[in-house]
Amino acid sequence: MAEWKKSADAVIIGSGVQGCSLAYNLAKLGIKDVVVLEKDSLCSGSSGRCGAGIRAQWGTEMNCRLGLACLENFENLEEELGMKIDLHQGGYIMIAYGDKEYQQLKQSVGLQNRMGIASRELSREEACEIAPGLWAEDAAGFFYHDRDGHADPFLTTYAYHEAAKRLGVTFLKFTECTGIKVDKGRVAGVETTRGEIDTPVVVNCAGGYAQQVAKMAGIELPNYSERHQIIVTEPVEYGLCPPMLMSFTGNFYIQQRPNGSIIGGCSPEGHPDDMANGNTWEFLEKMSRKFTRLLPATREVRVVRQWSGQYNMTPDKQPILGEADGIKGFYLSVGYSGHGFMFATITGPLMAELINGQEPSIPIEMLHYRRFAKGELILEPAVV
Amino acid sequence: MADKSNEIVVCRCEEVTMGEIREWIAKGYDTFDELKRVLRVGMGPCQGRGCRDIILREISRMTGTPYSEVPPGTFRPPSKPVKLGLLAEGGDD
Repeated sequence: MAEWKKSADAVIIGSGVQGCSLAYNLAKLGIKDVVVLEKDSLCSGSSGRCGAGIRAQWGTEMNCRLGLACLENFENLEEELGMKIDLHQGGYIMIAYGDKEYQQLKQSVGLQNRMGIASRELSREEACEIAPGLWAEDAAGFFYHDRDGHADPFLTTYAYHEAAKRLGVTFLKFTECTGIKVDKGRVAGVETTRGEIDTPVVVNCAGGYAQQVAKMAGIELPNYSERHQIIVTEPVEYGLCPPMLMSFTGNFYIQQRPNGSIIGGCSPEGHPDDMANGNTWEFLEKMSRKFTRLLPATREVRVVRQWSGQYNMTPDKQPILGEADGIKGFYLSVGYSGHGFMFATITGPLMAELINGQEPSIPIEMLHYRRFAKGELILEPAVV
Repeated sequence: MADKSNEIVVCRCEEVTMGEIREWIAKGYDTFDELKRVLRVGMGPCQGRGCRDIILREISRMTGTPYSEVPPGTFRPPSKPVKLGLLAEGGDD
């Protein structure tokens, strides 16, 4: 083992896609002495446990702006990072059930179009043409953006990891952050299970453990972590469902991966916030019913695996970005509420700019955690 | 004679060779879970039944960690593939 790293220009807590993207982007801006701490193996947390969708179909101006930027960045990512990420842009079909959701999504498409996103309403016939396996006679409407899609969450995270290593970033896995040292209102270092690192900058990218890490610096976040379960099937012939299917009142997201496997999940009832990544038969049964109803051909398809991951939730389901009040050098990139994977290609660069002392190229001050104390929530209707 | 063991297909479900596994272990992806994430070993229909032990031994050999100390990776339900139609019909209501 190499000599212990005693100091760094910045320490990032968490090796998920947010942490790895930030590490790469900091190094790209010239902050080369960056250390990423991971208490388990690389990408062992929520990044690899999500649906890995990427979309610009949102219901707030801010998310439309971020969503469009992240799409553009994803489209250039393989070339930039030099490793495949299996980006697949089969589009997203948003399915509305009931007139209320239909009107909401119609309004959102109006906003999206004004912001340069080429989403549109589909007829039922068009929806079934784009997703041949779809049954949705009970749906009230369909909305679609063909550039939306998904990528491999592991490969994306590892692509950032490899690129960051090439730029000199140090990754320390099986190394847990146990404390953050603050001296006269400034970050001074971190304590870990293997030793201390002196550093003027610490970034909380701890995903499901964001609130525990924030507490180490004396910050109380209103976040909670919520377990979301997913199932995946054996591979079947591709073409049953090329786009992601998503519904907020229907409470599902379902997509077919390039290898033919179909993956799907939904939001849990209540708040299973015990931090365990366990699985239940109730979810398996409920999700099987959604699958077979939406895609009747899946009745004969076998489930091969079930898993869960933590969504780090905030009161308005929007991330928390920025530097902590009263603690210079302590930054937060947390609370992504289920859309941290897709946003990583843009929030990594934005946070890197902020930490580097620049004005971020897309404004993010409205995402500071003080918005909760002020009551300035940014309510987003489009979250599963 | 050139060593041909790199061409052995260790993971039949996802067609992963010993050479690929060795390449990624050498890059520092030295747990089964990490290899699973980057190569998809253990994600196919056999869920690692056919390849896990071989891969764990290779990790042990390349890292010098005793076999008994190599983390076996995470096991996930269901233990056998089950048809969605059967699951959808099951249970109450």
